[in-house]
Amino acid sequence: MLQKFNRIKSLITKEFYQIIRDPSSILIAFIFPMILLFIYGVGVSLDMDNLKIGLVLEDTNPDAQSFSLSLKNSKFFSVEVARNKQKLQKKLIAGNIRGLVILPFYFSEFKSRPDKQGPIYVISDGSEPNTANFVQNYLQGAWLNWMTQENISNGEKTIKINVQPRFWFNEELDSRHFLIPGSIAIIMTLIGTLLTALVIAREWERGTMEALMATPVTMREIYIAKMISYFCLGIGSMLICTFFAVFFYGVPFRGSIFALTIISSTFLLTALGTGLLISSAARNQFLASQISIITAFLPAFMLSGFVFEISSMPLFIQILSYLIPARYMVSSLQTLFLVGDVWRLLIFNISIMLIVVLILFSIIFSKSIKRLD
Amino acid sequence: MGKYKKPLVKISNLSKIFEIQNIYALKSINVEFYPGKIIGLVGPDGAGKTTLIRIMAGLLKPTHGNVEILGNDTIQQSKNIYQLISYMPQKFGLYEDLTVLQNLNLYADLQNISKKSREDIFEKLLHFTNLKSFTKRLAKNLSGGMKQKLGLACTLLRKPQFLLLDEPSVGVDPISRRELWKMVLALSKENISILWSTAYLDEAEKCQEVLLLNKGGLLYFGPPEILTNKMKERVFQIQNISENRRSVLSKALKDEATIDGIIQGNSVRIVLKPTLKTLDISKFNPGKDAILKTISPRFEDAFIDILGGGPKKASPLLKLIPPIKKEKEIVLEVIGLKKCFGDFTAVDQINFSVKRGEIFGLLGPNGAGKSTTFKMLCGLLKPTQGDAYIVGLSIKKVTSQARARIGYMAQKFSLYENMTVVQNMNFFSGIYPIPNIKRKNIVNKLITIFDLSKFINTKASKLPLGFKQRLALSCAIMHNPEVLFLDEPTSGVDPITRREFWNHINGMVEKGISVIITTHFMDEAEYCDRIGLINKGQLIIIGTPDELKNSVASKDLPSPTLEDAFIIFSKKEKKDVTKI
Repeated sequence: MLQKFNRIKSLITKEFYQIIRDPSSILIAFIFPMILLFIYGVGVSLDMDNLKIGLVLEDTNPDAQSFSLSLKNSKFFSVEVARNKQKLQKKLIAGNIRGLVILPFYFSEFKSRPDKQGPIYVISDGSEPNTANFVQNYLQGAWLNWMTQENISNGEKTIKINVQPRFWFNEELDSRHFLIPGSIAIIMTLIGTLLTALVIAREWERGTMEALMATPVTMREIYIAKMISYFCLGIGSMLICTFFAVFFYGVPFRGSIFALTIISSTFLLTALGTGLLISSAARNQFLASQISIITAFLPAFMLSGFVFEISSMPLFIQILSYLIPARYMVSSLQTLFLVGDVWRLLIFNISIMLIVVLILFSIIFSKSIKRLD
Repeated sequence: MGKYKKPLVKISNLSKIFEIQNIYALKSINVEFYPGKIIGLVGPDGAGKTTLIRIMAGLLKPTHGNVEILGNDTIQQSKNIYQLISYMPQKFGLYEDLTVLQNLNLYADLQNISKKSREDIFEKLLHFTNLKSFTKRLAKNLSGGMKQKLGLACTLLRKPQFLLLDEPSVGVDPISRRELWKMVLALSKENISILWSTAYLDEAEKCQEVLLLNKGGLLYFGPPEILTNKMKERVFQIQNISENRRSVLSKALKDEATIDGIIQGNSVRIVLKPTLKTLDISKFNPGKDAILKTISPRFEDAFIDILGGGPKKASPLLKLIPPIKKEKEIVLEVIGLKKCFGDFTAVDQINFSVKRGEIFGLLGPNGAGKSTTFKMLCGLLKPTQGDAYIVGLSIKKVTSQARARIGYMAQKFSLYENMTVVQNMNFFSGIYPIPNIKRKNIVNKLITIFDLSKFINTKASKLPLGFKQRLALSCAIMHNPEVLFLDEPTSGVDPITRREFWNHINGMVEKGISVIITTHFMDEAEYCDRIGLINKGQLIIIGTPDELKNSVASKDLPSPTLEDAFIIFSKKEKKDVTKI
């Protein structure tokens, strides 16, 4: 038993020397997370701020002026005004503006129409459907809003509803507040699955695995040593990411470190299990990286709800996403950062991930015979 | 033998089939041997040597039959096996990112060696391997010979009863090989039994017993001398050849009386069929002074004999390659070539020239600067100082023009492993300036010549080593180069495949191609017209193989081999050597 412990300890020491001296592990464990955090903290934003649109004012009547002013004052748009549409149309084609709003010369006549419908043309760039939808919906809202403000009624009913929206948990609707916690799940997938599968494949490639096998060390000990090493690396990377997320990118952290550690550990075990399973099939680094990217990294990226909303996916894909551990991790992280320790949700997520861990490790340990074929 | 009740190894009816290829890697092997000996494991490539060692180490499961080590079944009692054996795999199993001492500590932990007893063992092993002053160096910064010794040290931490070494001397220079042999001999005196797999038959000759495998079957087990002695009076040397020794060899090989032949400096060594006692050599046109002399056989002769003889045909390349004009002009002139990496001078002002149709051998210990010189000559590295001219073109200025005139076969063949044979050939025919119309024709011809037709759709990674080597050679000569650079083309390749390879080289040289080659096989260096010996970046001496041998002859060493010459010169500095 003592010997067993000694062997594992020695393998872990070896692993740490390798991590320190091998630039590629440092790159995956520390540099890449920093880049990812930077991209999601500063670069990528899913918010529609300062969307560039063009406004053609063919009518100069005070009503048209007033409506155009309400658009200009909105923080969502940066408006470029012109008298005729020729110039702005070109800009729309060139992609310099995302949409074009035209108030025709007969615009102000709308008041005399019984339904008080405003003749506004909206042309939006359909090559980017999300943005196009947003332009259209927002303009509708802006129109209704302006009507209320100007006290113009269409004669049917004049129910005045004053909507004061409150967004819970992410008051400013800042997309980085949910992207950064999600990216931590991606980083842990990278370390747990990709890096682990790679380092084991490397042992096969360099022939060190064969030499290890000729010693009294068992396959389980090799796996356990790898797991402990990359578990520590993953948790370390997670803590650094959390630190940067909270103190550099101003993401709120409303849960407890305790809950964060528990949920991260569980998720890391699923990632490590996947990595070990891949490594038992792929004995060269190229194959190992291909399999890990396809089976772990891309699903974690696309089907976890990290960037893409799961509820708007087709049903089949939605069902598929329940099989991806990263899904539970992303939802837990977003909850921990933005809401707090919601144990009902966390315990549910943890138990599902634990089931995955159990399945993975029972497969791995049942296959761990120390032999080359 | 009666002293031991149990045999060290008992192999009963052992077969191994790999599912993917579905061929017998080993077939019905029955053999047992007793402790206390050095046993050589030899055989051509793909004979099943590594498979057999891995089965003995308990790392592969036999398909049929079983192996017992001192009464322990390698599968059922695998836990006991790890206590009895130490195994050094082909790649040594070192961690490149760990220092020498860290590697030792890791393996000591894995072998359950207590911290207390460790210091003595390390002290002894570091002394034994001469690695004492390198304990803090990372394994990746060690030379090939040092890696091999460290690998051995790691396997010897716990004194095993049985040491398994899988081709420990591949790609290692003769000096390191001799040192390794001394170490193994010392271990044998400590009552450790050793199984040593090797492609070097001079090493096998020194073993007490050899296991000879071929195509998965056991051809011979016993002392090597018994096989060697059977060859007595069948081995001859044609000496004092005044004519072209390469054409003498090719004529001798074509003759029905011979089963094998190689060039040894200025002589040709031939092995006759069993029933023949002598041979009329005048039909080989060796010149009027030539004589046929009986010489003592080597194990290699017996090895070739038992495997059915060496390749007999002249290289079919002769038909393909257009002869280059035969004037003995200089095709490669190296003038004061120097390469520094930072403070380190890898190649220091070397000068030599190679004539048309000449084989020039560049020999030297690992890390002497051979590969660096090659890379500069092929235009892959920029010289720090000096220049070289290939057919009159400076390697510094018109490299792409010069490159079209040279062929380069790199160490480890540099083929695209994922591509098939024909895809590799098409690719290489595409990157050389070969007219489109000719391309297909050339590829087809080379496929026929090198007998690659049954493998054309096989991936390069799946080719047997000998065919891989043929493919690499065919890719290097596709554009009819005038100068061919071969960087350790035969490392780890068996004697028969190497003979085939030299057949092709000899054929090309006859057509006027110049060959510059590096090798660690001293018997191959004998094929060279001239040899340049490099040590620590300096060109120490240039001469014919016979000149080199004669210059080191002394009272203690009346007829030195080329290996002796190599070792003696490698210990000297340039200033100590006067010109031959």
